[in-house]
Amino acid sequence: MSGKIKIAVRGLKKSFGSKVVLDGVDFDLNEGESLVIIGGSGTGKSVTVKCILGLMTPDEGSIVIDGVEATTLSSGERFKLLRKFGMLFQGAALFDSLPVWENVAFGLIQGHGMARGRAKEIAIQKLGAVGLGPEVAMLSPAELSGGMQKRVGLARAIAAEPEIIVFDEPTTGLDPIMADVINDLIIKCVKDLGATAISITHDMASTRKIADRVAMIYKGRIIWSDTADRIDHSGNEFVEQFIHGSAEGPIKMEIRAL
Amino acid sequence: MLDFLASVGRIFIHFLEATGRLTLFTVVSVSHCFRPPFYPRLIGRQLIDMGFYSLPVVGLTALFTGMVLALQAHTGFSFAAETGVAIIVVLSVTRELGPVIAGLMVAGRIGAAIAAEIGTMRVTDQIDALSTLSTNPYKYLVVPRLIAGTIALPCLVFIADVIGVFGGFLVGTYSLDYNPNSFLSVMWDNLSTDDVVSGLVKSAVFGFIVALLGCYHGYHSRGGAQGVGAATTYAVVSASIMILLSDYLLTAIFFSS
Repeated sequence: MSGKIKIAVRGLKKSFGSKVVLDGVDFDLNEGESLVIIGGSGTGKSVTVKCILGLMTPDEGSIVIDGVEATTLSSGERFKLLRKFGMLFQGAALFDSLPVWENVAFGLIQGHGMARGRAKEIAIQKLGAVGLGPEVAMLSPAELSGGMQKRVGLARAIAAEPEIIVFDEPTTGLDPIMADVINDLIIKCVKDLGATAISITHDMASTRKIADRVAMIYKGRIIWSDTADRIDHSGNEFVEQFIHGSAEGPIKMEIRAL
Repeated sequence: MLDFLASVGRIFIHFLEATGRLTLFTVVSVSHCFRPPFYPRLIGRQLIDMGFYSLPVVGLTALFTGMVLALQAHTGFSFAAETGVAIIVVLSVTRELGPVIAGLMVAGRIGAAIAAEIGTMRVTDQIDALSTLSTNPYKYLVVPRLIAGTIALPCLVFIADVIGVFGGFLVGTYSLDYNPNSFLSVMWDNLSTDDVVSGLVKSAVFGFIVALLGCYHGYHSRGGAQGVGAATTYAVVSASIMILLSDYLLTAIFFSS
Protein backbone atom coordinates (compact mmCIF):
# COMPACT_ATOMS: atom_id res chain seq x y z
CA MET A 1 0.00 0.00 0.00
CA SER A 2 1.38 3.38 -1.02
CA GLY A 3 -0.76 5.53 1.29
CA LYS A 4 -1.98 7.54 -1.69
CA ILE A 5 -5.75 7.94 -1.65
CA LYS A 6 -7.29 6.13 -4.63
CA ILE A 7 -10.97 6.75 -3.88
CA ALA A 8 -12.36 9.42 -1.57
CA VAL A 9 -16.08 9.41 -0.84
CA ARG A 10 -17.62 12.35 1.00
CA GLY A 11 -21.18 13.00 2.12
CA LEU A 12 -22.72 10.54 -0.34
CA LYS A 13 -26.52 10.63 -0.24
CA LYS A 14 -29.05 8.70 -2.25
CA SER A 15 -32.79 8.29 -1.80
CA PHE A 16 -35.42 6.37 -3.73
CA GLY A 17 -38.63 8.33 -3.26
CA SER A 18 -39.06 8.77 0.47
CA LYS A 19 -36.67 5.91 1.31
CA VAL A 20 -33.24 7.21 2.28
CA VAL A 21 -30.63 4.59 1.38
CA LEU A 22 -27.39 6.55 1.72
CA ASP A 23 -27.34 9.29 4.32
CA GLY A 24 -23.87 10.76 4.09
CA VAL A 25 -21.35 7.98 3.41
CA ASP A 26 -17.71 9.00 3.97
CA PHE A 27 -14.59 6.90 3.50
CA ASP A 28 -11.15 6.89 1.89
CA LEU A 29 -9.58 3.97 0.10
CA ASN A 30 -5.80 3.92 -0.23
CA GLU A 31 -4.00 2.63 -3.29
CA GLY A 32 -3.34 -1.11 -3.07
CA GLU A 33 -5.66 -1.49 -0.10
CA SER A 34 -8.46 -4.02 0.17
CA LEU A 35 -11.53 -2.49 1.82
CA VAL A 36 -14.50 -4.63 2.72
CA ILE A 37 -17.81 -2.93 3.43
CA ILE A 38 -20.03 -5.04 5.65
CA GLY A 39 -23.61 -4.48 6.64
CA GLY A 40 -27.06 -6.06 6.58
CA SER A 41 -29.31 -6.34 3.58
CA GLY A 42 -30.73 -3.00 2.45
CA THR A 43 -28.24 -0.87 4.35
CA GLY A 44 -26.77 0.72 1.21
CA LYS A 45 -23.69 -1.38 0.38
CA SER A 46 -24.61 -2.06 -3.24
CA VAL A 47 -25.87 1.47 -3.81
CA THR A 48 -22.55 2.87 -2.53
CA VAL A 49 -20.61 0.75 -4.99
CA LYS A 50 -23.01 1.53 -7.85
CA CYS A 51 -22.56 5.25 -7.18
CA ILE A 52 -18.76 4.84 -7.27
CA LEU A 53 -19.02 3.02 -10.61
CA GLY A 54 -21.43 5.62 -11.98
CA LEU A 55 -24.22 3.06 -12.42
CA MET A 56 -26.32 5.30 -10.16
CA THR A 57 -26.19 9.04 -9.75
CA PRO A 58 -25.97 10.18 -6.12
CA ASP A 59 -28.31 12.92 -4.91
CA GLU A 60 -25.49 14.65 -3.05
CA GLY A 61 -21.84 14.16 -2.19
CA SER A 62 -18.49 13.74 -3.80
CA ILE A 63 -16.60 10.74 -5.20
CA VAL A 64 -13.00 11.49 -6.14
CA ILE A 65 -11.15 8.76 -8.01
CA ASP A 66 -7.43 9.37 -8.63
CA GLY A 67 -8.02 13.07 -8.01
CA VAL A 68 -10.92 13.29 -10.49
CA GLU A 69 -14.41 14.19 -9.32
CA ALA A 70 -16.45 11.31 -10.73
CA THR A 71 -19.96 12.59 -10.02
CA THR A 72 -19.75 15.38 -12.60
CA LEU A 73 -18.13 13.47 -15.46
CA SER A 74 -19.78 13.32 -18.88
CA SER A 75 -20.88 9.93 -20.22
CA GLY A 76 -17.76 9.61 -22.42
CA GLU A 77 -15.39 10.56 -19.58
CA ARG A 78 -17.20 8.12 -17.30
CA PHE A 79 -16.61 5.22 -19.70
CA LYS A 80 -12.92 6.20 -19.93
CA LEU A 81 -12.68 6.24 -16.14
CA LEU A 82 -14.33 2.82 -15.97
CA ARG A 83 -11.33 1.35 -17.82
CA LYS A 84 -9.59 1.53 -14.44
CA PHE A 85 -12.22 -0.74 -12.92
CA GLY A 86 -12.98 -4.44 -12.93
CA MET A 87 -16.11 -5.77 -11.30
CA LEU A 88 -17.25 -9.16 -10.08
CA PHE A 89 -21.04 -9.15 -9.78
CA GLN A 90 -22.99 -11.10 -7.19
CA GLY A 91 -24.61 -13.33 -9.81
CA ALA A 92 -21.51 -13.12 -12.07
CA ALA A 93 -23.66 -11.28 -14.70
CA LEU A 94 -22.07 -13.19 -17.55
CA PHE A 95 -23.40 -12.43 -21.04
CA ASP A 96 -25.38 -15.55 -21.85
CA SER A 97 -25.31 -14.85 -25.59
CA LEU A 98 -21.50 -15.15 -25.68
CA PRO A 99 -19.18 -18.09 -25.01
CA VAL A 100 -17.04 -18.02 -21.88
CA TRP A 101 -13.89 -16.76 -23.62
CA GLU A 102 -15.75 -13.82 -25.18
CA ASN A 103 -17.16 -12.94 -21.77
CA VAL A 104 -13.65 -12.80 -20.34
CA ALA A 105 -12.26 -10.96 -23.36
CA PHE A 106 -15.20 -8.56 -23.66
CA GLY A 107 -13.54 -5.59 -21.95
CA LEU A 108 -10.36 -6.10 -23.95
CA ILE A 109 -12.18 -6.23 -27.29
CA GLN A 110 -14.88 -3.60 -26.74
CA GLY A 111 -13.33 -1.37 -24.09
CA HIS A 112 -9.68 -1.46 -25.18
CA GLY A 113 -10.06 -2.22 -28.90
CA MET A 114 -7.83 -5.32 -28.81
CA ALA A 115 -7.86 -7.78 -31.75
CA ARG A 116 -10.09 -10.80 -31.09
CA GLY A 117 -7.30 -13.35 -31.56
CA ARG A 118 -4.99 -11.72 -29.01
CA ALA A 119 -7.93 -11.13 -26.64
CA LYS A 120 -8.84 -14.82 -26.82
CA GLU A 121 -5.27 -15.81 -25.85
CA ILE A 122 -5.42 -13.50 -22.84
CA ALA A 123 -8.89 -14.79 -21.92
CA ILE A 124 -7.66 -18.39 -21.87
CA GLN A 125 -4.65 -17.31 -19.81
CA LYS A 126 -6.92 -15.53 -17.30
CA LEU A 127 -9.24 -18.53 -17.13
CA GLY A 128 -6.15 -20.55 -16.20
CA ALA A 129 -5.36 -18.03 -13.47
CA VAL A 130 -8.74 -18.76 -11.85
CA GLY A 131 -8.33 -22.52 -12.20
CA LEU A 132 -10.37 -23.13 -15.35
CA GLY A 133 -8.92 -25.01 -18.30
CA PRO A 134 -9.06 -23.99 -21.97
CA GLU A 135 -11.86 -26.53 -22.55
CA VAL A 136 -14.18 -24.18 -20.63
CA ALA A 137 -13.50 -21.32 -23.04
CA MET A 138 -15.95 -22.43 -25.71
CA LEU A 139 -18.77 -23.34 -23.32
CA SER A 140 -21.82 -21.19 -22.81
CA PRO A 141 -22.21 -19.59 -19.33
CA ALA A 142 -25.43 -21.60 -18.87
CA GLU A 143 -23.35 -24.81 -18.95
CA LEU A 144 -21.29 -23.77 -15.90
CA SER A 145 -21.94 -24.33 -12.21
CA GLY A 146 -22.40 -21.35 -9.86
CA GLY A 147 -18.80 -21.59 -8.65
CA MET A 148 -17.44 -21.78 -12.19
CA GLN A 149 -19.54 -18.78 -13.20
CA LYS A 150 -18.07 -16.80 -10.30
CA ARG A 151 -14.57 -17.78 -11.42
CA VAL A 152 -15.33 -16.73 -15.01
CA GLY A 153 -16.70 -13.46 -13.59
CA LEU A 154 -13.44 -13.03 -11.67
CA ALA A 155 -11.40 -13.78 -14.81
CA ARG A 156 -13.44 -11.14 -16.65
CA ALA A 157 -12.90 -8.63 -13.84
CA ILE A 158 -9.10 -9.04 -13.96
CA ALA A 159 -8.72 -9.56 -17.74
CA ALA A 160 -7.88 -5.93 -18.50
CA GLU A 161 -5.60 -5.72 -15.43
CA PRO A 162 -7.62 -2.96 -13.77
CA GLU A 163 -6.31 -0.62 -11.09
CA ILE A 164 -9.45 -1.01 -8.96
CA ILE A 165 -11.49 -4.20 -8.58
CA VAL A 166 -14.96 -4.24 -7.07
CA PHE A 167 -16.39 -7.44 -5.63
CA ASP A 168 -20.14 -7.56 -4.99
CA GLU A 169 -20.98 -10.40 -2.60
CA PRO A 170 -18.25 -12.63 -4.07
CA THR A 171 -19.07 -15.73 -2.01
CA THR A 172 -22.86 -15.50 -1.74
CA GLY A 173 -24.61 -18.69 -2.80
CA LEU A 174 -21.46 -20.81 -2.83
CA ASP A 175 -20.61 -23.79 -0.63
CA PRO A 176 -17.94 -23.06 2.05
CA ILE A 177 -15.15 -24.77 0.13
CA MET A 178 -15.87 -22.98 -3.13
CA ALA A 179 -16.27 -19.73 -1.17
CA ASP A 180 -12.78 -20.23 0.24
CA VAL A 181 -11.43 -20.99 -3.24
CA ILE A 182 -12.93 -17.72 -4.48
CA ASN A 183 -11.47 -15.84 -1.48
CA ASP A 184 -8.01 -17.26 -2.24
CA LEU A 185 -8.37 -16.31 -5.91
CA ILE A 186 -9.43 -12.77 -4.97
CA ILE A 187 -6.37 -12.37 -2.72
CA LYS A 188 -4.08 -13.81 -5.40
CA CYS A 189 -5.52 -11.71 -8.21
CA VAL A 190 -5.48 -8.47 -6.23
CA LYS A 191 -1.94 -9.15 -5.04
CA ASP A 192 -0.66 -10.15 -8.50
CA LEU A 193 -2.14 -7.04 -10.09
CA GLY A 194 -1.27 -4.72 -7.21
CA ALA A 195 -4.85 -3.51 -7.50
CA THR A 196 -6.99 -1.60 -5.06
CA ALA A 197 -10.02 -3.65 -4.02
CA ILE A 198 -13.40 -2.76 -2.65
CA SER A 199 -15.73 -5.58 -1.65
CA ILE A 200 -19.21 -5.69 -0.20
CA THR A 201 -20.32 -8.74 1.69
CA HIS A 202 -22.02 -10.07 4.80
CA ASP A 203 -19.86 -13.19 4.81
CA MET A 204 -17.58 -12.69 7.83
CA ALA A 205 -15.23 -15.56 6.89
CA SER A 206 -14.67 -13.88 3.55
CA THR A 207 -14.25 -10.48 5.22
CA ARG A 208 -11.58 -11.75 7.61
CA LYS A 209 -9.70 -13.36 4.75
CA ILE A 210 -9.67 -10.68 2.06
CA ALA A 211 -9.86 -7.38 3.98
CA ASP A 212 -7.04 -5.02 4.90
CA ARG A 213 -9.64 -2.68 6.30
CA VAL A 214 -13.29 -3.13 7.17
CA ALA A 215 -16.07 -0.54 7.21
CA MET A 216 -19.55 -1.21 8.52
CA ILE A 217 -22.50 0.55 6.97
CA TYR A 218 -25.77 0.93 8.84
CA LYS A 219 -28.77 3.01 7.85
CA GLY A 220 -26.85 4.66 5.02
CA ARG A 221 -23.82 5.73 7.05
CA ILE A 222 -20.41 4.26 7.78
CA ILE A 223 -20.67 3.69 11.52
CA TRP A 224 -17.30 2.00 12.07
CA SER A 225 -14.09 1.58 10.09
CA ASP A 226 -10.75 0.07 11.10
CA THR A 227 -8.14 -2.48 10.10
CA ALA A 228 -9.38 -6.04 9.66
CA ASP A 229 -7.48 -7.34 12.70
CA ARG A 230 -9.43 -4.91 14.93
CA ILE A 231 -12.85 -6.24 13.97
CA ASP A 232 -13.10 -8.58 16.98
CA HIS A 233 -12.20 -5.74 19.34
CA SER A 234 -14.16 -2.94 17.70
CA GLY A 235 -15.93 -1.80 20.84
CA ASN A 236 -18.88 -1.01 18.61
CA GLU A 237 -22.08 -2.78 19.62
CA PHE A 238 -23.44 -2.73 16.06
CA VAL A 239 -20.29 -4.41 14.72
CA GLU A 240 -20.28 -6.88 17.62
CA GLN A 241 -23.86 -7.90 16.88
CA PHE A 242 -23.22 -8.18 13.16
CA ILE A 243 -20.05 -10.28 13.32
CA HIS A 244 -21.64 -12.67 15.81
CA GLY A 245 -24.85 -12.85 13.78
CA SER A 246 -26.96 -12.28 16.88
CA ALA A 247 -30.64 -11.36 16.78
CA GLU A 248 -30.16 -9.52 20.08
CA GLY A 249 -28.58 -6.08 19.95
CA PRO A 250 -29.04 -2.55 18.68
CA ILE A 251 -29.82 -3.68 15.10
CA LYS A 252 -33.49 -4.55 15.13
CA MET A 253 -35.34 -6.34 12.36
CA GLU A 254 -38.86 -5.12 11.83
CA ILE A 255 -40.85 -8.32 12.33
CA ARG A 256 -44.62 -8.29 12.80
CA ALA A 257 -46.50 -10.81 14.89
CA LEU A 258 -48.01 -13.77 13.03
CA MET B 1 -64.61 14.10 -5.83
CA LEU B 2 -61.15 15.22 -4.71
CA ASP B 3 -59.97 11.59 -4.69
CA PHE B 4 -61.19 11.18 -8.26
CA LEU B 5 -59.38 14.33 -9.37
CA ALA B 6 -56.24 13.20 -7.57
CA SER B 7 -56.38 9.85 -9.40
CA VAL B 8 -56.79 11.57 -12.76
CA GLY B 9 -53.91 13.89 -11.91
CA ARG B 10 -51.68 10.97 -10.91
CA ILE B 11 -52.45 9.12 -14.15
CA PHE B 12 -51.73 12.26 -16.16
CA ILE B 13 -48.42 12.84 -14.36
CA HIS B 14 -47.41 9.20 -14.92
CA PHE B 15 -48.30 9.57 -18.59
CA LEU B 16 -46.14 12.69 -18.87
CA GLU B 17 -43.28 10.96 -17.02
CA ALA B 18 -43.44 7.96 -19.35
CA THR B 19 -43.61 10.20 -22.43
CA GLY B 20 -40.62 12.20 -21.23
CA ARG B 21 -38.62 9.05 -20.49
CA LEU B 22 -39.41 7.58 -23.90
CA THR B 23 -38.55 10.84 -25.66
CA LEU B 24 -35.24 11.07 -23.82
CA PHE B 25 -34.49 7.42 -24.58
CA THR B 26 -35.26 8.01 -28.27
CA VAL B 27 -33.10 11.12 -28.50
CA VAL B 28 -30.13 9.47 -26.76
CA SER B 29 -30.48 6.29 -28.83
CA VAL B 30 -30.74 8.09 -32.16
CA SER B 31 -27.82 10.38 -31.30
CA HIS B 32 -25.68 7.29 -30.65
CA CYS B 33 -26.57 5.97 -34.12
CA PHE B 34 -24.34 8.67 -35.62
CA ARG B 35 -21.41 8.52 -33.20
CA PRO B 36 -18.66 5.87 -33.10
CA PRO B 37 -17.92 3.22 -32.07
CA PHE B 38 -20.19 1.24 -34.38
CA TYR B 39 -20.79 -2.48 -34.14
CA PRO B 40 -21.30 -3.79 -37.72
CA ARG B 41 -21.06 -7.41 -36.55
CA LEU B 42 -23.97 -6.88 -34.14
CA ILE B 43 -25.99 -4.99 -36.76
CA GLY B 44 -25.47 -7.92 -39.15
CA ARG B 45 -26.56 -10.43 -36.52
CA GLN B 46 -29.68 -8.40 -35.75
CA LEU B 47 -30.47 -8.06 -39.46
CA ILE B 48 -30.42 -11.84 -39.78
CA ASP B 49 -32.54 -12.30 -36.62
CA MET B 50 -35.08 -9.63 -37.52
CA GLY B 51 -35.12 -9.98 -41.29
CA PHE B 52 -34.13 -13.45 -42.43
CA TYR B 53 -35.75 -15.41 -39.59
CA SER B 54 -38.98 -13.36 -39.88
CA LEU B 55 -39.34 -14.26 -43.56
CA PRO B 56 -41.41 -17.45 -43.10
CA VAL B 57 -43.99 -15.88 -40.79
CA VAL B 58 -44.24 -12.63 -42.76
CA GLY B 59 -44.29 -14.44 -46.11
CA LEU B 60 -47.00 -16.84 -45.01
CA THR B 61 -49.11 -14.03 -43.57
CA ALA B 62 -48.73 -11.98 -46.74
CA LEU B 63 -49.63 -14.95 -48.95
CA PHE B 64 -52.89 -15.64 -47.12
CA THR B 65 -53.69 -11.94 -46.82
CA GLY B 66 -53.44 -11.55 -50.60
CA MET B 67 -55.52 -14.68 -51.14
CA VAL B 68 -58.24 -13.65 -48.71
CA LEU B 69 -58.28 -10.13 -50.16
CA ALA B 70 -58.93 -11.48 -53.67
CA LEU B 71 -61.76 -13.67 -52.40
CA GLN B 72 -63.34 -10.89 -50.35
CA ALA B 73 -63.03 -8.37 -53.19
CA HIS B 74 -64.64 -10.83 -55.57
CA THR B 75 -67.62 -11.50 -53.31
CA GLY B 76 -67.96 -7.94 -51.99
CA PHE B 77 -67.42 -6.10 -55.27
CA SER B 78 -68.91 -8.51 -57.79
CA PHE B 79 -69.88 -5.60 -60.04
CA ALA B 80 -66.21 -4.69 -60.44
CA ALA B 81 -65.17 -8.26 -61.21
CA GLU B 82 -61.67 -8.84 -62.56
CA THR B 83 -60.42 -5.27 -62.85
CA GLY B 84 -61.63 -4.26 -59.41
CA VAL B 85 -60.22 -7.33 -57.71
CA ALA B 86 -56.79 -6.86 -59.30
CA ILE B 87 -56.66 -3.19 -58.32
CA ILE B 88 -57.87 -3.83 -54.79
CA VAL B 89 -55.32 -6.59 -54.25
CA VAL B 90 -52.29 -4.74 -55.60
CA LEU B 91 -53.03 -1.38 -53.97
CA SER B 92 -54.18 -2.76 -50.63
CA VAL B 93 -51.18 -5.02 -50.30
CA THR B 94 -48.51 -2.52 -51.34
CA ARG B 95 -49.94 0.57 -49.68
CA GLU B 96 -51.43 -0.83 -46.53
CA LEU B 97 -51.66 -4.50 -45.69
CA GLY B 98 -48.07 -5.45 -46.52
CA PRO B 99 -46.48 -2.88 -44.19
CA VAL B 100 -49.08 -3.09 -41.42
CA ILE B 101 -49.35 -6.87 -41.24
CA ALA B 102 -45.58 -7.32 -41.51
CA GLY B 103 -45.15 -4.62 -38.84
CA LEU B 104 -47.59 -6.31 -36.48
CA MET B 105 -46.07 -9.75 -37.04
CA VAL B 106 -42.58 -8.39 -36.42
CA ALA B 107 -43.84 -6.51 -33.34
CA GLY B 108 -45.06 -9.83 -31.95
CA ARG B 109 -42.00 -11.80 -32.92
CA ILE B 110 -39.12 -9.33 -32.63
CA GLY B 111 -40.46 -6.65 -30.28
CA ALA B 112 -41.20 -9.31 -27.68
CA ALA B 113 -37.81 -10.98 -28.17
CA ILE B 114 -35.92 -7.68 -27.84
CA ALA B 115 -37.79 -6.69 -24.68
CA ALA B 116 -37.29 -10.14 -23.14
CA GLU B 117 -33.57 -10.28 -23.98
CA ILE B 118 -32.71 -6.76 -22.84
CA GLY B 119 -35.07 -7.06 -19.86
CA THR B 120 -33.33 -10.24 -18.72
CA MET B 121 -29.98 -8.53 -19.16
CA ARG B 122 -31.24 -5.67 -17.00
CA VAL B 123 -32.53 -7.79 -14.12
CA THR B 124 -29.43 -10.02 -14.11
CA ASP B 125 -27.01 -7.04 -14.00
CA GLN B 126 -25.67 -7.76 -17.48
CA ILE B 127 -26.35 -4.17 -18.58
CA ASP B 128 -24.43 -2.85 -15.55
CA ALA B 129 -21.67 -5.31 -16.45
CA LEU B 130 -21.50 -3.80 -19.95
CA SER B 131 -20.96 -0.36 -18.43
CA THR B 132 -18.23 -1.58 -16.09
CA LEU B 133 -16.50 -3.04 -19.15
CA SER B 134 -16.39 0.47 -20.68
CA THR B 135 -19.10 -0.36 -23.19
CA ASN B 136 -22.03 1.98 -23.65
CA PRO B 137 -25.22 -0.13 -23.45
CA TYR B 138 -27.02 2.23 -25.83
CA LYS B 139 -24.38 1.71 -28.49
CA TYR B 140 -24.00 -2.02 -27.91
CA LEU B 141 -27.62 -3.05 -27.33
CA VAL B 142 -29.97 -0.37 -28.63
CA VAL B 143 -28.31 1.09 -31.74
CA PRO B 144 -27.75 -2.21 -33.61
CA ARG B 145 -31.39 -3.17 -33.06
CA LEU B 146 -32.68 0.25 -34.16
CA ILE B 147 -30.61 0.21 -37.34
CA ALA B 148 -31.45 -3.42 -38.11
CA GLY B 149 -35.17 -2.87 -37.47
CA THR B 150 -35.25 0.19 -39.73
CA ILE B 151 -33.48 -1.68 -42.55
CA ALA B 152 -34.97 -5.16 -42.15
CA LEU B 153 -38.65 -4.30 -42.19
CA PRO B 154 -38.68 -2.54 -45.60
CA CYS B 155 -36.85 -5.55 -47.07
CA LEU B 156 -39.40 -7.88 -45.48
CA VAL B 157 -42.28 -5.74 -46.69
CA PHE B 158 -40.94 -5.65 -50.24
CA ILE B 159 -40.91 -9.45 -50.25
CA ALA B 160 -44.31 -9.53 -48.51
CA ASP B 161 -45.71 -7.24 -51.23
CA VAL B 162 -44.58 -9.64 -53.94
CA ILE B 163 -45.89 -12.70 -52.08
CA GLY B 164 -49.19 -11.00 -51.15
CA VAL B 165 -49.87 -9.91 -54.72
CA PHE B 166 -48.90 -13.39 -55.88
CA GLY B 167 -51.45 -14.85 -53.41
CA GLY B 168 -54.17 -12.63 -54.88
CA PHE B 169 -53.08 -13.62 -58.37
CA LEU B 170 -53.27 -17.34 -57.48
CA VAL B 171 -56.81 -17.06 -56.14
CA GLY B 172 -57.87 -14.75 -58.99
CA THR B 173 -56.64 -17.03 -61.73
CA TYR B 174 -57.07 -20.56 -60.27
CA SER B 175 -60.11 -20.13 -58.06
CA LEU B 176 -62.03 -17.25 -59.67
CA ASP B 177 -61.07 -18.08 -63.26
CA TYR B 178 -59.80 -14.64 -64.21
CA ASN B 179 -57.54 -14.35 -67.22
CA PRO B 180 -53.94 -14.37 -65.87
CA ASN B 181 -52.58 -11.97 -68.49
CA SER B 182 -55.26 -9.34 -68.10
CA PHE B 183 -55.23 -9.73 -64.28
CA LEU B 184 -51.48 -9.07 -64.23
CA SER B 185 -51.64 -6.20 -66.69
CA VAL B 186 -54.42 -4.47 -64.70
CA MET B 187 -52.30 -4.82 -61.56
CA TRP B 188 -49.21 -3.46 -63.30
CA ASP B 189 -51.05 -0.56 -64.98
CA ASN B 190 -52.60 0.61 -61.72
CA LEU B 191 -49.49 0.31 -59.56
CA SER B 192 -47.32 3.40 -59.24
CA THR B 193 -43.90 3.85 -57.69
CA ASP B 194 -45.48 5.99 -54.96
CA ASP B 195 -47.64 3.07 -53.83
CA VAL B 196 -44.61 0.86 -53.25
CA VAL B 197 -42.37 3.60 -51.86
CA SER B 198 -45.00 4.83 -49.40
CA GLY B 199 -45.36 1.27 -48.11
CA LEU B 200 -41.61 0.88 -47.74
CA VAL B 201 -41.24 4.22 -45.93
CA LYS B 202 -44.05 3.22 -43.60
CA SER B 203 -42.38 -0.10 -42.92
CA ALA B 204 -39.06 1.61 -42.10
CA VAL B 205 -40.93 3.70 -39.51
CA PHE B 206 -42.67 0.59 -38.17
CA GLY B 207 -39.34 -1.25 -37.90
CA PHE B 208 -37.87 1.66 -35.95
CA ILE B 209 -40.91 1.74 -33.65
CA VAL B 210 -40.82 -2.01 -32.96
CA ALA B 211 -37.08 -1.98 -32.17
CA LEU B 212 -37.28 1.24 -30.13
CA LEU B 213 -40.18 0.13 -27.94
CA GLY B 214 -38.70 -3.35 -27.47
CA CYS B 215 -35.42 -1.79 -26.32
CA TYR B 216 -37.13 0.86 -24.19
CA HIS B 217 -39.35 -1.53 -22.25
CA GLY B 218 -36.56 -4.07 -21.85
CA TYR B 219 -34.08 -1.43 -20.73
CA HIS B 220 -36.44 -0.12 -18.06
CA SER B 221 -37.75 -3.46 -16.82
CA ARG B 222 -37.58 -4.08 -13.09
CA GLY B 223 -38.32 -6.83 -10.61
CA GLY B 224 -37.19 -10.16 -12.02
CA ALA B 225 -39.20 -12.53 -14.18
CA GLN B 226 -42.48 -10.71 -13.62
CA GLY B 227 -40.91 -7.41 -14.68
CA VAL B 228 -39.46 -8.98 -17.83
CA GLY B 229 -42.86 -10.51 -18.66
CA ALA B 230 -44.56 -7.15 -18.20
CA ALA B 231 -41.90 -5.43 -20.35
CA THR B 232 -42.52 -7.96 -23.12
CA THR B 233 -46.26 -7.35 -23.03
CA TYR B 234 -45.85 -3.57 -22.99
CA ALA B 235 -43.40 -3.76 -25.90
CA VAL B 236 -45.80 -5.70 -28.12
CA VAL B 237 -48.94 -3.77 -27.17
CA SER B 238 -47.36 -0.31 -27.40
CA ALA B 239 -45.59 -1.14 -30.68
CA SER B 240 -48.84 -2.43 -32.20
CA ILE B 241 -50.73 0.70 -31.18
CA MET B 242 -47.95 2.98 -32.38
CA ILE B 243 -47.81 1.13 -35.72
CA LEU B 244 -51.52 1.71 -36.31
CA LEU B 245 -51.33 5.32 -35.14
CA SER B 246 -48.29 6.17 -37.27
CA ASP B 247 -49.87 4.28 -40.19
CA TYR B 248 -52.79 6.69 -40.14
CA LEU B 249 -50.51 9.73 -39.85
CA LEU B 250 -48.20 8.58 -42.66
CA THR B 251 -51.13 7.69 -44.90
CA ALA B 252 -52.57 11.15 -44.29
CA ILE B 253 -49.22 12.69 -45.22
CA PHE B 254 -48.63 10.55 -48.34
CA PHE B 255 -52.12 10.55 -49.78
CA SER B 256 -53.74 13.72 -48.41
CA SER B 257 -53.56 15.43 -51.79
